Order: sequence, then structure tokens, then C-alpha cells
Amino acid sequence: MDMLLEALASLMTFEGLITVLVGVSAGLLIGSLPGLTATMALAVLLPFTFSMEPLQGLMALGAVYMGSIYGGAFTAILINTPGTPSSIATTFDGYPMARQGRAYEALAGATIASVIGGLVGVTFLLLLAPPLARWAVAFGPSEMFWVAMLGLTLVASLSSGSLLKGMIGGCIGMLLSTVGVSPVGGETRFTFGFPPLQGGIELIVALIGLFVIPELLSMAAEGRSNITESAELGKTKVGIRQVARHILGKPVNLIRSCLIGQVIAIIPGAGGNVTSLVAYNEAKRFSKDPQSFGKGNIDGVVASESSNNVMVAGSMIPLLTLGIPGAPPDAIILGVLLMHGLRPGLSLFTESGVLTNGFILSMGLAALMLLPVGLLGARLIHKIVIKTPYHFMVPAIAMVTILGTFALRNSLLDVGIMMIMGIAGFFLRLIGIHAAPIVLGLILGGIAEQGYVQTMLAAVVDPIPWLRLVENPLSKVLAALVLLGAATALLPGWLERSGRLDKGESSRGEDK
Amino acid sequence: MKFSKSILVSAVSAIALAGIAGQVQADYPEEPISYVIPFNPGGESDITARFQEPVLEEILGVSVNVSHRPGGGGAVAWSEFQSNAEPDGYELIGVNIPHIIAQPILRSDAGYETDNWEIITFFHSTPNALIVPANSPFDTLEDLVDYARENPQVVTLGGSGTYSANHLDMLRLEREADIDLTYIPFSGTGPLPAALEGNHVAGVFNYTMLGVQMEDRVKVLAVASEERVPALPDAPTFKEQGYDIVGGAYRGVAAPAGTPDEIITVLEDAFAEANRRIAEKQEPLGFVMEYITGDQVDEVISQLKDAYAPILESAE
Repeated sequence: MDMLLEALASLMTFEGLITVLVGVSAGLLIGSLPGLTATMALAVLLPFTFSMEPLQGLMALGAVYMGSIYGGAFTAILINTPGTPSSIATTFDGYPMARQGRAYEALAGATIASVIGGLVGVTFLLLLAPPLARWAVAFGPSEMFWVAMLGLTLVASLSSGSLLKGMIGGCIGMLLSTVGVSPVGGETRFTFGFPPLQGGIELIVALIGLFVIPELLSMAAEGRSNITESAELGKTKVGIRQVARHILGKPVNLIRSCLIGQVIAIIPGAGGNVTSLVAYNEAKRFSKDPQSFGKGNIDGVVASESSNNVMVAGSMIPLLTLGIPGAPPDAIILGVLLMHGLRPGLSLFTESGVLTNGFILSMGLAALMLLPVGLLGARLIHKIVIKTPYHFMVPAIAMVTILGTFALRNSLLDVGIMMIMGIAGFFLRLIGIHAAPIVLGLILGGIAEQGYVQTMLAAVVDPIPWLRLVENPLSKVLAALVLLGAATALLPGWLERSGRLDKGESSRGEDK
Repeated sequence: MKFSKSILVSAVSAIALAGIAGQVQADYPEEPISYVIPFNPGGESDITARFQEPVLEEILGVSVNVSHRPGGGGAVAWSEFQSNAEPDGYELIGVNIPHIIAQPILRSDAGYETDNWEIITFFHSTPNALIVPANSPFDTLEDLVDYARENPQVVTLGGSGTYSANHLDMLRLEREADIDLTYIPFSGTGPLPAALEGNHVAGVFNYTMLGVQMEDRVKVLAVASEERVPALPDAPTFKEQGYDIVGGAYRGVAAPAGTPDEIITVLEDAFAEANRRIAEKQEPLGFVMEYITGDQVDEVISQLKDAYAPILESAE
């Protein structure tokens, strides 16, 4: 307790507050640019922290992390482009809301959800880190395989309409995930003798290509800006208070999303992109009105944004206690800890407890600062996007996405891949195959493959190797969840089809 | 001193090159130097480059820009570097053994060659270590070898990547001890603590750093270095226990083939000085500082090539 107070005191200095404020703002800016991820924001800003004291450096990086995950929501809502992969699910309802002239409402919802999510994650980290850490190591190769399979059942709810087309999208994504050096075994696949393809297709590159380019093409084709048509409607006052009342009035969605965010954050190898997709899916499944999802339901935005901000502090539970990065950006934080001579482990909470607690508390402070910084930024960016005519908007966005794609790995090939995927994505969308299942396949294909192959390798002496996949209690539970998930996705359709006969007949009778 | 050196350099370059391509700058360096790390930020290569960057800038008097070009286990950046980089001393890239030995042998389309550049120096190495969880039934290397001899393929050892330093030395242990183990590749060092802690594998073949980082939760059965590593004084070497296995990853830096010798010398000195200054930060983490330059570079490469090539070629 003394340590907490001492940590709080070292945080509440002018210097501390400024550090967090600057960190959050810088993170927000970088996160909102498509192609620049949270991992990159941390890597880019890392050298600036070298001259700082360890605590101040960690505070700055924690704030950048929090800001960049939140910043991804801006572009997700305003131009249908997830600024970071963690905001994929935010586009599903955020962008339709923007097109209905409710952009500010969506941004406010995302902000409130992010603040609460961030605070919940910090609370978990502060109070429950040691017991929860034991969870993280329970996820071995076979469990990861089932986690990925569980994620793939989301295809059903993401395919909006035709399950077959959703599955085709998922398969395209999984196929794309196999390009390059295989995760286990190291063979090169589908490089067609072209060395640069060894690097594979980076998620962000596909994300930008599949989400942004089709949107730009249709903006150009239809001669409209994405949300100006309803700018007038935007003036109908939906204030921040009403949004807050709506979200906090029915907290079940928020609580569920935060819990999902925390559970998935602890699983090593599954980052914010998976948390937000799963939280979105569950929000839709449990909603009384699932049909309204994907058409501008603020609950979808809230689910996505709250869960991914829980992940920021939540994924540090395995990092700080065991040295296991719970999400990709955590690897950089681990590097910083080691550089300052801090070794992950329980001693981090006792011997250097002031520092660790200060770091954790600073993330809470960063979450709180999202509120003023975010709302101010939202108003500003919203105004810019609405006021700019589309013939300036389209080339500007195109330029930013190209630069962002290039900056990711300093690779022109990535820009080419992004363009090709974008054009393919445009035509696939015309025939009803959407970007979301493709991206889902791309994210989860690699995780599933690695888990499966590792399990099979370890089972080389078993008479029936496949049984290894369901050997542990946890993997049995996960496998059951996969079956359940698939069943709940398929059953309604099947019942409808077999039940349609009599229902159809009776209604036809009425029609006549 | 500096004055006479620069005169000498310019005289030599004037005579040697006499207006042919590649103008050697008498007072190299005078432009910013780009230093490409072919891996993701946060790994050992990146952390080291971050340590070196300010020291190099101070010594060389120009800015050193560290950037990342990950992909294909380093191969994407290396193939690009060998075909595009200018030999003027302003483009440098991090190089790693065994990657640059193994990839060109194993992949027909790696896109680069092991020797087609000037390796300035290898500045440190990270010896392999055989690490098991604290609750493992194996207390010594002998325990593990005896068990594996009676139960072929049952002992699973995790490690970072396929035909990586970890994997190759595990294969050497199999040959030396005449046992049959099962290797499980993971993507990088990141997931290995979880694999140990959760008992997903019987042990891991990884670098000494992991042993240091997880000191109180694991047992380090053997280290693949000539002598015991300062950061792990209680961990015996393979050699002490009768297995001739010395290996691990070496990290260094290269300039394009054809870079003038004077420039290489300037960089050699700068990296050596940087190494001396960052040693006190890196050694406690489990790194072994090295000062391998000139002919020694070729010696190290050919020595490890001899050790690894039979294994790699039988794998192909």
C-alpha cells in the first residue's frame, strides 16, 4: 500500500502529468494513421525515452500504447479504416454510424468505452496480476489451436448474409497467411522464386488494402465524400452525456466486453485484433436486436473499443509477472524493462514495487486523459473530415495509406501487395465477399497452423497423434466451445430452412 | 594525428581509385549512416542497436539511423541489401550467424549469399543453453540424455525457429550423445518462457539470456560456450560434461561488398569502442561480448559452416 502511495506521489508531479499527456497525444496521432500500429508507435518513440529516468520512460511508453490503441478508432469510424488492427471490429458499426451522420456519437462512444476499458485493465493488473498470470501458461500449442478455431467461428457472424461467402472469405484469408516462410519448419511457400515474398503478407498491409482501397474506389465511383452527405444531420445534438447515459445505463455489454478483453489479453499470441473481434461477436450474439449490428449500433463500437483498451494493461499481466508478452507491442516494453535492468517476475512487484506500481498507475492516468484529449481530437478530426470535399479527401487518404504501408517495413513490395489486395477486395465486395472474414482468416490461419503443427510434432510417439489436441482439460473445454459456437451459428439457419416449409406455407396462405 | 591519417587516406584513395567509381571520402563519415536491423523491434538485435546508436553517433560525429526491415527470418532485408546497397560506408546492416549460413543452404530462393558482403565485426555472441523447468525430473544433462536414450523421441525440446542456432545445436547434441529428441520450433524467443512455465515442452534449447531472465524458475543444464558464462556461474558447459558443443548466435554488422578498407577500419574501431562502453549493461543479461574482425570473421564463419553444413545438407 505504501508503495502504491509512493508511486502515486511520483506520478502526480508536473513532469509526470506532462509526460503522460504528451505520450497519449503522440500515441493517438500515430495510432490514427493507417499502417502505423501501436508496436510501431512504441518503437519510433522508444529512443526519446533513453534520456529519461526508468519510471518516466515507462510512463511515456505506457501512455503512447494507450493512446495509439484508442487512436485506431478515429479512422475506423470516419473513413472505415482501422488505424491499428485492434480497431477492425470498430469499423463494423462505427462507419455505418458515421454515414448516418452519427460520427460524433460513435466517436464519443468509442472514447468512453476506451477510458473505461483502460481503467478496468489497470485495475485487473494492479489487483490480480499474480493469480491471473498462472492462466497465461495454461495455453500451450493445442489450446492455441482451439483458440484460433474458436475465432474462426466468428466468420459466421461476420459474413452478413451468406455463410458460404463468409467461409470463402475466411479461406482466402487463411490461404494468404501461408505465403512466406512457414511458422513451423521454415520452408518458404508460395514465393514463386521471388525472394522478397519470403516476408509473407503482413496483416496491416492486407488490412489497409482490403478496407481502405475499396472504400476509396467506391467514393470515387459514386462521386461522394464518405460522410458529408449527412453533415447536416450531424448537427442534431447527441451530446456526450446522452452517449454516456446510454452506455452506462446498460452496463452488461460493457462488463462482458471488458471481461472478454481481459481473458484474451492474457493468452500469449492473441492481441487486440482478436479481443475486439470476439467482444463484438459476443455483443451481437447476446443482443436483443442482433440484426441492427453492422448497420450502426453503438453497442458494437463500445464492445470493440472497450475490450481492446482493456488489453493494453491486461496483456502486461503475463509480461510483468512471467516475462511473456501478451500482445505484440509488449515485446518492446519487455526490451525496455531489460534495458533498465528490470527482470520480469514477482520481484518486480516487491523490490522495485514503486517503479512497477508507478508504471501501472500511469497507464490508468493515460486512460483518464483519453477523455479530454480524445474528445477534443475527435471534434477536430470530425470537422476536418466533414468539411473537406471528397476530391481532396480521396487522394489525401490514398497518399496517407501508401506512406503508412511503406513505413511499416520500408518495403515498396508491400505497397504493391496493398494495391493488389485493394483492387481484388473491391471486386470481391461487389460479389458479396467482405473484408472482415478475409482478415480474420489471415490473423488466425497462422496461429491455428502453428498450434496444430507443434501439437502434432510433440505427439510423434503417440499411437493416435490427433488425440493430443484434446488431451488437456482446457483444450477439451475450448474444443467444446468451438462446437457450440459452430452450432449456434449454423442451427438457426438450418432450423429456418427445415422449418420454413410449414412457416412458408402458412404465410403464403395468409398472403393469398 | 587525425590530420596525417586523413591525408594518408586521401592519398591512398587517390592513387588506388584514381577517379574510378566509388569516391572515397577522405574524411568519412560526413553524412548520416543508415543501420538496418532485419528483424522486428524488441528482439536482441534491436536492443543491441539501440544501445550502440548513441555511442556510435558520439564516436563518428554523424547521426546513425536504426531502421527495421523484418521478414523471412532476415532474408528479405539481406537479399535487398546485397543487391541494392551502395558500398560507400553509409549503408550498414545487422548480420546474424547461423542465419546467414543456414538460409542460403536450405532455401533455393533466399536471395543472398553468405559471403557477398564485408562483415565489419561480430560484436557479441549468445551461447546456446539447455534449460528445463524448475520442477523438471531432470537435474543434470546426464539425466536427460539417459532418459532420452531409453525413450527415443519422447523428450520434447522447444527453441526459436527451424534450423536456427537453437535447432542446430540440439541436432548436434543428438549426434554427440546418440539420442533421438523431438524439436518443437516456436516463433522467436518470446513464447518460450510460457512453454517452460506451462510445461508444454520438457525443456528448451535457447540462449543464455533466457536462463538469466528466468533464473529462479528454471534449471540450466548446460551452456554451449568454451567457458562458463559470467552471468550464469553455476551452469556447467557442454564441454565440461563431455560433449563438444560450442555454438550459439553471433551478431554483427556488415557493409556492402567493395566498401573501401579505410572505411571498414573506421567502422571496426567505432563498433569496438561502442562494445566496450555498453558491455557493463549487456553482460549481466547473458550476452558474451566479442571483438571478431578481419580474418577472424572468416574463421568463425568457416568453422561454424563445417559444424552445421553436414546437418543442414542432410536436412535439405
